[in-house]
Parts: sequence; structure tokens; C-alpha cells
Amino acid sequence: MPPTIALDVIRYRPERNEEPSFQTYEVPFRDDWVVLDALNYIKDWLDGSLSFRWSCRMGVCGSCGMMVNGQPKLTCAAYLSDHQPGPIRVEPLNYFPIVRDLVVDITEFLRKLTKVKPWIIRDQVWPVEEGEYRQTPAQLDTYRQFSQCINCMLCYAACPIVGLEPEFVGPAAIALAQRYNLDSRDEAAKQRLKILSDHAGIWGCTFVGECTQVCPKHVDPAGAIQQFKLTGALDALKSLLLPWGTR
Amino acid sequence: MDVFACDVLVVGGGGAGLRAAIAVAETFPSLAVTVISKVYPMRSHTVSAEGGAAAVIKPGDSLDEHAYDTISGGDWLCDQDAVEAFVREAPAEMVQLEHWGCPWNREPDGHVAVRPFGGMKAQRTWFAADKTGFHLLHTLFQTSLKYEGIRRHDECFVTKLLVDDSRCQGVVAIELATGQIQAITAKAVILCTGGCGKVFPFTTNAAIKNGDGMSLAYRAGVALKDMEFVQYHPTGLPFTGILITEAARAEGGWLLNKDGYRYLQDYDLGTPELKPVLKSMELGPRDRLSQAFMKEQEKERTIKGPYGDYVHLDVRHLGEQVINTKIPFVRELCLKYAHVDPVKEMIPVRPVVHYMMGGIHTDIHGATPLPGLYAAGEAACVSINGANRLGSNSLTECLVFGARAGKAAAAFASGQSEPNPAVLAQAHDEQRRLEQQFLFKAGGTERIATLRQAMQEIMEQSAGIYRDASTLQQAEGKLQQLQERFADVALEDHSYTFNTELTAALELSYMLDLAQAIVGSALQRRESRGSHQRTDHPGRDDRQYLAHSLARRSGDGSPRIDYLPVKVTRWPPGERIYGR
Repeated sequence: MPPTIALDVIRYRPERNEEPSFQTYEVPFRDDWVVLDALNYIKDWLDGSLSFRWSCRMGVCGSCGMMVNGQPKLTCAAYLSDHQPGPIRVEPLNYFPIVRDLVVDITEFLRKLTKVKPWIIRDQVWPVEEGEYRQTPAQLDTYRQFSQCINCMLCYAACPIVGLEPEFVGPAAIALAQRYNLDSRDEAAKQRLKILSDHAGIWGCTFVGECTQVCPKHVDPAGAIQQFKLTGALDALKSLLLPWGTR
Repeated sequence: MDVFACDVLVVGGGGAGLRAAIAVAETFPSLAVTVISKVYPMRSHTVSAEGGAAAVIKPGDSLDEHAYDTISGGDWLCDQDAVEAFVREAPAEMVQLEHWGCPWNREPDGHVAVRPFGGMKAQRTWFAADKTGFHLLHTLFQTSLKYEGIRRHDECFVTKLLVDDSRCQGVVAIELATGQIQAITAKAVILCTGGCGKVFPFTTNAAIKNGDGMSLAYRAGVALKDMEFVQYHPTGLPFTGILITEAARAEGGWLLNKDGYRYLQDYDLGTPELKPVLKSMELGPRDRLSQAFMKEQEKERTIKGPYGDYVHLDVRHLGEQVINTKIPFVRELCLKYAHVDPVKEMIPVRPVVHYMMGGIHTDIHGATPLPGLYAAGEAACVSINGANRLGSNSLTECLVFGARAGKAAAAFASGQSEPNPAVLAQAHDEQRRLEQQFLFKAGGTERIATLRQAMQEIMEQSAGIYRDASTLQQAEGKLQQLQERFADVALEDHSYTFNTELTAALELSYMLDLAQAIVGSALQRRESRGSHQRTDHPGRDDRQYLAHSLARRSGDGSPRIDYLPVKVTRWPPGERIYGR
């Protein structure tokens, strides 16, 4: 008998189930298989009704985040061999409403991303004919790390504040705001600071740093939040001391 | 049924689709533009592109050189007027993307940096480390958020084009979260749905790349152009098919056979040098490199592995610092998915299906022959890629022709009347079809995965790097049988909520159409050109085949092929020369 491993997978079909519950599947165990391969095996050969999102299978599209044995993971990078002997528990991402099975509703996340104005804002926009804005490698390095976010939302599923305060704009959106704030081509840091300061939850972050730990792209959202809080506090102090303006 | 109306509807939210939507919003701000996509836009496959995007920017380079590299790289099947427009508009599109925030790598003085790339005679490939597609897509997506005029229907799966009065007037789609069928009417529709690598078993392409838009257009009577031209990228990781970017070779990586020998020197690609030489050896074009692998395999000079033969890509001599700054994603992918550290070990690679040169027949404005229907990106065939695309031309193509299609569609839409009410009756018919054939269907014996696997095996055997008439003829018959078996497909899932078995069935039906178009076009082209190599017709035949194939769907579903001459402006067909 070729070796197998069991997966306990959350099933939830709103038309049929009041509550999510686990269903167990036995799949072949292969060294080079990841949890996503096992889910695809289930879908193809055992149960066509299991729903989950996936696409690139190379850790860059951000679709396949799920809870694997209680930890938020990209299932395309979570090897079965790292979870032996099983069973492996596969659940939808924490703190998001479940649409069905392993699919969660991310509408709110998209709204939060949009809210921080993640695009270049500047007073003087050069015509394209003038060529590129200059940016040195050192200037690029100041924000590059924060530009690596793939929107997989593992950091939301790891963040205790997201669990307590649904309005919290969340680690990825703050990191994205900081990505533009630090970009030498952008001039809207103050606008974004105001948006973030007015937003619920941000001051509640206790720097436990779960977001940074689970990030598959080393974006370090906790670092972004820390930077933001420092700028935010300084700005508040300045406006207290220099009420005529802080420019 | 929910009915929505807009002026311009963009299907697909990848590089081409988002660029098209922004072009509409900027040039005709009064028009209502909607982007509909079966995934959230930032999941689109553009995200996986790695190496870079080509556009002439540096002194010493010229538009003519870029055009010539592209045309000769495409084995003279490119339309030269399209290539001239492409290279001319490329630099401005790239600067525009820079202004929108794309984190391009830079020179010490702050100007954008470029790198060499396969088949390119000058350094003109802009790059953001080796995650260029990721940054390009996220920059476009984030920029698109600032246009209030751009609406999105995320995670909605298009099943049909609405055509009435010989004009495309919208689509029917399934909203995945609810299963609700939507009719979205539009005065112009732009298909930006990418390629169909998933018709093959071993591909760099993401799960979503099923050629949805190609098939939608094909079913609406629009021809598919040059479908026989399938690009194998020479360096994919065995088993997963994960792409190891050409940038690894552009930075100086070597391809070695089992004896540690740089075998490309045996295939008229130049002589090995320590440093990379433009248009030579490892910087030759993808078709020639993938063909060289096959020849090495025949000579038993490749390495046997559990997932087929492979050769080695060696980047160790570049050193850790270059690897970490120029190709960090290569290292990350190798560590995570092949358990190999390229700093210390050689990377196992083999050719892998990567890109469709063919696609929906359009003119240089992205317009298809069906009024109101446009296409751009990999889904389209303009054609600037001819018989073999050069690496780093496709991201730029998404921008240039996405923008062109957006502007052309917007101009067309602003002169059109409202869609005919008759299209709503069509939408109701489509809803009934989806319910009867899939959602409410009882019985059926064929598993989706069984049919998909069979299709993929047929395609690999018949339409791979080398082809011949008899295997292609057999494949035609087998694909016809699969079409018949598909009518008996079984669905276990009858839920309206996020039913991915339903979408998998629909995707399979799209791919079966395209597999037939690829095989039919490959069978008819009795010559070898670029990526289409016929062992029974080994030479290029410009007298008969300096022409695009056009596959049209006939009454029984099989493709009918005819030809359209290639547009030659300034570069008459000649020999492709690399390394000498």
C-alpha cells in the first residue's frame, strides 16, 4: 500500500449547513506534495464539491491562504511532509466570514486597501515625455520591503486586533500605506497619516508581531505599524507645539 | 437575473485588462467602465511574470533594433506595422508605469536600470528585481483604485458573449459568491483573459489560464490566429513547472548537460564565453533553446529524473550578492519548491509550456472583426510575437495594446446606441443552458479531471516541441471523442455558492475548443517556423506560409483553417542569426 495521510477539512455550504464542520479525506502521501496538491487531489478524484481558491502554485498570487493546523499558511508552500503523520487540519482563514468551505469573504479587506489611497499622489505630475522620476537605489530600498505584499491576508488571520476590532484597517493595508509614504515620488504621507489616525484599532496594536511572523514575503507589517505610530505621535506632538502648521 | 449596464466592459483584470480600463477612464472619463474577472485582479497571472519588460530607453539602442529583434525572433511571422507601433509606444508606457509607482530597479544616478534578455541585441529590459509582473500588476491595480469611474465585478465568471445585430453588446456571467447569473450589457467589450497554457500538462501557467476569452470569441465566430505557436520556456522546475526566469541567464547563468558541458554551442547559438553575450548561447531565443534540449535528450546527454529528463542551470558563479539582488525570487522559488539553493547548487530545469503566441485575431488597435469586440494581452494575437515571442515583450505588450484597445473601444462605445433589448433574451437562454447542462443536471459518468488529464496528454504527445502529421491527425480524432465524452460530464456539486466544480467544467469546455484549434492549425501548417517544428516538414516555407493561420469554428465544432498574409513593411524575411 502506498503511504497516505489524512486531511481534516472544514466544510460549509450555507444552503445546507448551519455550522461549519470537519470532513476527513485520505490522500496519497508524497514528499513533494504541498497541502494545496492534496486539496486538488480531493477535488479531482474524491469529492468535486470541495471549494477553495488557488491559482499560481508558486507563492505570488496570494489566493491560497488557509489555516493549516491552526497556523495561517499559503497552502502552496505548506508541505505534507512538514505535518506528518497527520491528520492535517485545514480551515478557512481566521477572522474572515466564510463564504463556503475554505473560501472566505475578502470584500472588507479590499475596502480597507482602497481606503489608505495606495497610489502615487503628488502636486506636480510630470508629463510622460519628461521621462522617469529619478529615484536612487537607496531611495528604492527605503520602501521596497513594504512593496512585496501579495495580499494573501495571512497577517489578518494572525492578528489579535483584527479579531477584536473588525474596523481595524489591518497590517497589510498599513504596510501598503507606508510603502507609498516612504516612496520618494509620493507626497501624500500626511493625508494617509490622517486616514490611519482616524481609523479604529490602530493604536491598539501591541506590537506582538504575529503579522510579521506569518508573512510569507517578509514584508514586516509590524515594522510598518511601528514606524507609522512614531510618525503619528511626532506629528501630534508637533501640531501641539507648533499649531500654525507642521510642514 | 441581475442586469447591469456599462459603456465599456473589460473582461480580465491582469496587466492588459487594468491598463485598458485606465485608458478608458483617462481618455473618455464620461464613459462607465467595468472590469469583470473570475479572480480578484491582483491574483491574475501577470503576477507570475518575472524577468522584465522591454522598451528602448538607453543611448545606443534604437526602435529599429527592437523591431528587428522582435521580427527575426518571431521568425518573420510578426505583422511589422504592429511591431513598429509596439516599439514606438513602449517607452512612454513604461515611463507611465514608473510615474504610477512601479518600483523599477535603478542606476546609481536614479535613472531606470535595464538588463539583457534573450534574443535582444541591446540591453532594454526594465525590471523590478525578478518580480516584474508582480510589481507591474499591483501598481496597475492600486492605481486603478483611484479612478472612481472604474467599477469592478470581482470573482464573476463569464460564460458567453452577447452578440446581436452583428455587434458585441455584453456578456453573461456567474457571480461566484452567490451563483447568480448576471447579464452585463456594454457598447464595447475588451477580452483580456490571458492564454491557455493549462491545455498542456506541464506549464508555468496558473490554474486560471484556461483561455476563457479565446474560446468566448471563437464561439462567437471570431477567428483565432496562429494558435499552433506554443512557446516552451527552456527553464522550468521539473514537477511543478515553476518558471526560472530568463533573467537568471541574462545575469550570466549557464545551461549544462549531464557532462557539465554548455551544450547550446552545438546548436548554432554561438561559442561559450564567461560573461553573457547578447543574442548568443544562453541569451538565444526560447524556441531554439527548447529545441536544443530535445536534441540533447535524443543524444542521451540530459539527466534522468522522476519527472522527466532535465539539464542544469548553473548560477553559482554569480555569487550570493548578485543572486540576492538581481534574482532573489529565483532563489526563493528554488529553496521553497525544489529544495535547492542556487548559491551552492545547480538548478534542475526542463522546457515547459509558457505562452501562446496565438490568440484572438485583432488589428493593431485591438479590434476584432466583430464590431464592439476588442482583445489585448496574451488572449489576443495582433501579432507582434509571430512564431516565437521574445522574453520581456509580453508585459510591454499588455501595456501598449491594453492602452490601445482601451482607447479604441472607448471611442467606438461613445458613438454607439444602447444595447438591443434582444440581448436579454439571449442572456435568459444562456441561464437555462447553464442550469440544464450543469447546475441541475443529474447523472453523467465522466469526471472532469479524467477528461482534462486525457486532453493534456494528447496535447503533450501531439503538439509539443516537435510535431508531425500522423500524431496530429490522431490527436484530432481523440479530441473529437473527448468533446463527445464531455457531454456526459458528471457534477457532484449543485450548489449556487462558490461552485468551483461548475467553473472547472466550463473551463474544461473552453480548453477543449482551444486544443482543437491548436491541433487543427498545427496540422495544416506544413512547414517549420519558430516554435512550430514539423519533423515531416523541417524547413520554413515563405512562399506558402508567410501567413497567419486563422481558425474558425465550424458547425460541428471542429476548426476550419485559412490564411492571411503577414504584413511586411521594412524587413523582408531572412535568416535568424544567433551567436555569429
